[in-house]
Amino acid sequence: MKRTPTPPRARLRPWHGFAATALLLALAPLLVNDFTLTLLAIYALLALSLAFVWGIGGVLCFGQAAFYGLGAYTYAVVSINMGGSSVALLLGVAVAGAAALALGSMMFYGRIGDVYLGVITLVFTLLLFKYVSSTAGSAYAIGQAQLGGFNGIPGFPALNVPGLPDQPVYGLGLYAVVASALLACWGLLRWLCQTAFGRVLAGVRENELRAELSGYDVRLIKTLTFGLGGAVAGLAGVFFACWAEIVTPEVFSLGVSAEIIIWVLVGGLGTLWGPMLGAVLLGALKGWLGTQQGLDSGVVMGLLLMAVVLFLPRGVLPALLKLFRRPPPEGPANGR
Amino acid sequence: MAADTVVHASGVVMRFGGVTAVDGVSLRLRRGELRCLIGPNGAGKSTFFKCLSGQLVPTEGEILLRGDPIEGLALHAVARLGVGIKTQVPSLMNALSVRENLWLSARSLRQRSAAEVQQRVDELTEQLGLGAQLQRDAGALAHGQRQMVELGVVLARNPWLVLLDEPAGGLTRDEVHRMAELVRALTAQATVVVVEHDMNFVREIADTVTAFHRGRVLAEGTADAVLSDERVRDVYLGRAAKEPA
Amino acid sequence: MDQTLVSLFDLIYTIATLALVSAGLALVFGLMRVINLAHGEFIVLGGYATIVALQWGVNIWVAMLLVAPLTVGVFGLIVERLVIRWLYGRTVDTLLATWGLSLAMAGGLSMVFGSTTTGVPNPLGPLQLGSFQVGGYGVFLIALTVVLLLTMYLVLRHTRAGLVVRGAMQSAEVAAALGHSPQRIYLLTFVVGSMVSGLAGGVLAPLVGLTPNAGGQFIAKAFITVISGGSSVVAGTLSASVLLGTVSKFFELLATPVVGELALLISAVVLLRWLPQGITSRVFKGAA
Repeated sequence: MKRTPTPPRARLRPWHGFAATALLLALAPLLVNDFTLTLLAIYALLALSLAFVWGIGGVLCFGQAAFYGLGAYTYAVVSINMGGSSVALLLGVAVAGAAALALGSMMFYGRIGDVYLGVITLVFTLLLFKYVSSTAGSAYAIGQAQLGGFNGIPGFPALNVPGLPDQPVYGLGLYAVVASALLACWGLLRWLCQTAFGRVLAGVRENELRAELSGYDVRLIKTLTFGLGGAVAGLAGVFFACWAEIVTPEVFSLGVSAEIIIWVLVGGLGTLWGPMLGAVLLGALKGWLGTQQGLDSGVVMGLLLMAVVLFLPRGVLPALLKLFRRPPPEGPANGR
Repeated sequence: MAADTVVHASGVVMRFGGVTAVDGVSLRLRRGELRCLIGPNGAGKSTFFKCLSGQLVPTEGEILLRGDPIEGLALHAVARLGVGIKTQVPSLMNALSVRENLWLSARSLRQRSAAEVQQRVDELTEQLGLGAQLQRDAGALAHGQRQMVELGVVLARNPWLVLLDEPAGGLTRDEVHRMAELVRALTAQATVVVVEHDMNFVREIADTVTAFHRGRVLAEGTADAVLSDERVRDVYLGRAAKEPA
Repeated sequence: MDQTLVSLFDLIYTIATLALVSAGLALVFGLMRVINLAHGEFIVLGGYATIVALQWGVNIWVAMLLVAPLTVGVFGLIVERLVIRWLYGRTVDTLLATWGLSLAMAGGLSMVFGSTTTGVPNPLGPLQLGSFQVGGYGVFLIALTVVLLLTMYLVLRHTRAGLVVRGAMQSAEVAAALGHSPQRIYLLTFVVGSMVSGLAGGVLAPLVGLTPNAGGQFIAKAFITVISGGSSVVAGTLSASVLLGTVSKFFELLATPVVGELALLISAVVLLRWLPQGITSRVFKGAA
């Protein structure tokens, strides 16, 4: 009953795609404003986290937004208390990663199956959403930072140059930071997939029983994978906080979790670049739809998700690629 | 316990809800022995097999592998004790290549260097004749080839105890012979337990045979002795077979 | 004494609400292993159907008990034919597709009804209980839930239709052997489940401020209750509702309603850690 994604080849592929993307990211600000680009890059980073956990690791997490939100909120709280961003950024990632490790170990060492995994990750996100939404009032504060309930936490320090709290990084500078982080994470995860750990992870995804019978501790492997994915999602959350300059419980919402899943499905389960591209395209689509009066974005996203599951379970982008890669027809005119 | 006993199962009982699949089975295996477990469907042999492999935790009883009890050990921990397990339905990583399947299994022994892992994969490829299939996805192979690949995956870890559940299942006559040769050859380095339905295969390979019936051991001894045992024949062929020809 | 009675009434009310909200999902999950994540929106749809019927001058009881279930039943029919039936056996895919459906429905309802809250007048006044008053409507809801669960139990256990359905869920061959097409049975089960969800929506309309996004609160609780309950439809729903409802109420009285909700979620997770297949995989095993 597990979805079998397109497996990534373990062989070393020429890193053309990587270089091309880096170039694209560098040139993009010439075409699109950096405000939008930064958000899209954040989406791509978030999609990358689930692409790794689900596409490579085989773990469908219904609540990736939980770690995204934890990253964002931790950054807000810590930066207010510390007056600067560097520690806040590191803690944001750390808290999200730690939470993912904790939740992951609870689930995987408990040998919880597919469906129940979905329940628990869903519930975890819900818990955070409900709890944080209810933290209105001055009683709910961590240090100097009030949690603010539904209204969230506004006005925390923006990202600054490490060591120089008076030099904020915003606009194009922020975009550069996020894009670099995106490339770095992508590079790291790509590399990881080609190492022994990555190959074992693919084995665990393909046939967990056989992996266990071969002596691999699949519980540990899945927990580590889940933790890493959570940390990357947390990083995306930190950047989101820096970009939006306010964090609200919305970051923990099921809506966000659903979007991430749709990005991965549309982009193609099993690759890392597909979901990132899916996130960018769908993020742009959603932004555009938001400016429309007639169509509700939920309707479009929902229908898209249904359509993808029913007709293109391997993803929209891989299907499109196949179209372009179709070999030319043979015949005398072709000289074959 | 005799110094030579490597597998010692005593009073193993396995209950599922109201069903008692294994009802007090005791077994002893010497080093290098090749034991076949036979019995009609539902006799409990596969269930007992899963108790040996650690896939099931017995309701009662004890299983010692080289003196170590395996109760409560996770599957991978049992495997790490040096047990190789082939499941009834070939369990491979279908979307990965044959080579990758072998590599993953060979690599799981941490103390091996990359070169040693590669060497083991090459050895197995040669031994089992998998050269032509190496780059193909495991899921794309024919059933007989999959059985071979799985045998390779099991052996890649150089286990001292090899548990094979229906290795001859679905194979052609030639493939069965080949498999029998390979399994017999294993006893040079390992103790082997085989669950099988194919009686010719059993005769060809077994040192000793244990016949199961309704969760209990019905008869135990050499292949010839057990297979000509009246009670065993009754169970397999039904009472009507007792009528004089 | 009266205070205890009122608290008890409150507790039973909480349990009944939970059971009512979960029943439709439990039917579909327990029999078909299909988790309809749009279940919350089905309930909301039932609520809106009631509202629209009311606006057209239909009697409130008819609107709640007839129009709502029928509307959602028809909708469920369409959904099953177009979406669900292609995904049987694919649990994860069903989850994803129905999640998409829930997004689309919430969005669609937003487009049609706008995002303002719509209220439905409470048709029953308060009831005297000793020297305290309880909502008469609350009594109605409890009674309705009891009747609903009882009916479901009786149908599943003691009618031929129930037997066929239960048999079909064990194996499609059984259904065919009994002379019914499995496809037909799945369709029927899903439609009935949808109708129960619609009924819940209709009945809850006077109590909950309806917004197009209200589905979220229902699906979370229903989902958790159903999974905790296990595969037995009525016994599972009942036992899980009692357990989770009691925990939730207890913590609510101890602290705040939010804590009560959190306690419900956490206790479900704890329960699943020990009984991954739900309560009725161990207790009340094999009950309908």
